[in-house]
Amino acid sequence: MPDDFLIRAALAGIGLMLAAGPLGAFVVWRRMAYMGDATAHAAVLGVALALATELPVAFGTGVVALAMALAVAGLSGRGRTADTALGVLAHSALALGLVAVSFLKGVRVDLSAYLFGDVLSVTRGDLVWIWGGAAAVLALLAWRWNRLLTATVNEELAQAAGLDPRREKLVLTLALALVVAVAIKIVGALLVAAMLIIPAASARAFARTPEAMAAWAVGLGIVAVLAGLWASLGFDTPAGPSIVAAAAAIFCLSLIPGRSAR
Amino acid sequence: MTLIEARGLAVRHGALPVLRDVDIAVRAGEIVTILGPNGSGKSTLVRALIGLEPAAAGAVVRRPGLRIGYVPQRLQIDPVLPLTVRRFLSLPRRVADAEAAAALERTGVGGLGARQMSALSGGQLQRVLLARALLGRPEILILDEPTQGLDQIGEAAFYRLLEEVRQESGAAVLMVSHDLHVVMSTSDRVICLNGHVCCEGAPKVVSAAPEYRALFGHGTGGALALYRHEHDHDHDHGEGPHHHHHHDHAHEAEDA
Repeated sequence: MPDDFLIRAALAGIGLMLAAGPLGAFVVWRRMAYMGDATAHAAVLGVALALATELPVAFGTGVVALAMALAVAGLSGRGRTADTALGVLAHSALALGLVAVSFLKGVRVDLSAYLFGDVLSVTRGDLVWIWGGAAAVLALLAWRWNRLLTATVNEELAQAAGLDPRREKLVLTLALALVVAVAIKIVGALLVAAMLIIPAASARAFARTPEAMAAWAVGLGIVAVLAGLWASLGFDTPAGPSIVAAAAAIFCLSLIPGRSAR
Repeated sequence: MTLIEARGLAVRHGALPVLRDVDIAVRAGEIVTILGPNGSGKSTLVRALIGLEPAAAGAVVRRPGLRIGYVPQRLQIDPVLPLTVRRFLSLPRRVADAEAAAALERTGVGGLGARQMSALSGGQLQRVLLARALLGRPEILILDEPTQGLDQIGEAAFYRLLEEVRQESGAAVLMVSHDLHVVMSTSDRVICLNGHVCCEGAPKVVSAAPEYRALFGHGTGGALALYRHEHDHDHDHGEGPHHHHHHDHAHEAEDA
């Protein structure tokens, strides 16, 4: 029988993947990988602000991640300079966050916990937050699934069908901020984007429909979480990076030819 | 009965005027072709009619509740998105399997339901797009250069299909083309566009109109030469100076 902390860690990872799987699929389809990065980097600034104002960390990361995602979404609608603006915004937010944390003399902050996650110290309260956030993201995506998908396939077709592609983009932006806020405890700010993108990218080889790809992303992500935790325990490696390394190994396996469902 | 019309429509892209004073109307059951050289604003006009481009002046008037079936110029489906033809037909409105199969059968691509969208040929993709448009039981089909990337045989077959669909469903068809030669037999009416409506009427009448000749050269030979010129840049020899003169003229008109 595994220890309690291990069960909590596994539950946290599974909760994350329930939301990150389908959302990650959209991130891959819409080529929004940069957006996941930028949002996650900004989350570090959110941590600093939350600690300084004594608000819950998840709240701070959520708000700053959302602001970042909105800024990026706004800029990426305006042509080529978006790439540069993204680089400026994402890395400035990360650096500012790190600087801001260093000013917080009163509190002892283990910054690496926010950069690389600390899934083995997840509490029951954290679990409620993680599963609640994941359920909210999942419900949001399920509710608008066909609209989101139409806007992803072709914006013109969506518009001609009376949909507003900008609104669907906003929905994804919101979901992204929420997932980052949920995931920062588990894999940390630097590796959040990895758990969005790598399982979804691995899932492509096994899926013939968008729904199947989202489901496979969840499944492969959960396998990565469990394998990563197991490796972390067995080889005494950091848990968050181990989970991402396991996901990367699964991605490599998915590249083996002959299984592509194209 | 008029289904959709533009009244004094003007569209700008930033400071650049693309369309001005466009008055056109499509009535129930007719096939209308918008014809014009590259950059003449054909696609912009279609997009404005559907509501994808805001009007800078004038207005687009649609009959209330009008059901439009739209076939875009091209649809690039990234292979990273797994999407079967069957699944695509249910975007955004879910349709029953039998309905989807019947629509694919009607457009001549029955049995392709399980195929990935990214694996379709150009001709198959156009037929799948048409099938999807038909599933909405449109009163008007709007197609933006539907035969781009098809060879001439495929092109002719696609226009025959459109005519059949019109006869069966009674839906009007508004489409964009750059080649009068090919749409001549299928169109009830042709609208010649170059930033504004140059001329309009039955295909035979338009092909003889001086405005049309100024844009496309003389007769169908001119239209064909333009067609070839765009698709085959090695074809310059043997085309006489006439063609080049008129081609240049068309571009001057665009720039003006």
